[in-house]
Amino acid sequence: MVQYSRANFDASFAALSDVTRRGVLEQLGRADASITDLAGKFDMTLTGMKKHVGVLERAGLVTTEKVGRVRTCKLGQRRLEAEAAWIESYRQLWDARFDELDKVVEALKRQKPKEKVNGRTKRR
Amino acid sequence: MDARREGKVAPIEHGTTVERTSERELVITRTVNGPARLVFEAWTKPELFRQWWVPKSLGMSLLSCEMDVRVGGRYRLEFAQGDARAAFFGTYKDVTPHSRLAWTNEESDEGSVTTVTFAEKGGKTLLVMHELYPSKEALDAAGGAADAMEETFEQLDELLGTLGASV
Repeated sequence: MVQYSRANFDASFAALSDVTRRGVLEQLGRADASITDLAGKFDMTLTGMKKHVGVLERAGLVTTEKVGRVRTCKLGQRRLEAEAAWIESYRQLWDARFDELDKVVEALKRQKPKEKVNGRTKRR
Repeated sequence: MDARREGKVAPIEHGTTVERTSERELVITRTVNGPARLVFEAWTKPELFRQWWVPKSLGMSLLSCEMDVRVGGRYRLEFAQGDARAAFFGTYKDVTPHSRLAWTNEESDEGSVTTVTFAEKGGKTLLVMHELYPSKEALDAAGGAADAMEETFEQLDELLGTLGASV
């Protein structure tokens, strides 16, 4: 049985569970942005956006740097890990599915033992 | 049907791989231990398809499964997870017996086109699935959907935990 490993889906998945935070990551994938820019793009208060960025930052998905009065956000290292994690979760789904497919095909093979259809003759 | 002999099925080495081959495309591969005609059959007959498409570990059940497997024919799958319902539907674009199957995923405007090829070798079948999305954003969003699915599982677990505790 396939177990979805919780370890892979810790903070980054909690961070990614929110539609705004996923939007912020997509936005930062295109270009770095200040919290003010992000708040404007997502039609949100500065305080609200700071909270979202804080969650992403704690999950390692985003890093921020304050230069003068402007705090700039960019993607953190764990963005790549997050992508790898969702691909892994997808792989687990397909793996479980194909394990079941194997069983179905195995049952069909027993029902229909036509295995000698391949007339492979060793002729020169 | 003598398919219930668990443990009789030897584990095989041909694990599932998933790779994002471009901004818009995922490729999934797997070798299944059987000839292509049987694998194709398991993919195109609803009574067989429903036995494997929704593994128990997914925590969902398949409510209905309609498949009109011919070019231009439609399919519709309806799932339940707790009280939630979801439907997946689309159109078959290519039906080449024992070698190729392609369909659209129309439940979203940004749905992928899935193509599966069946290549038989030595009594086993290599499956190669391509999922081509209309844009990079659509594939990224599908990843988001996978995240959301995980989140749903966790919420379900929490809910079950709560219910268990309150009984």
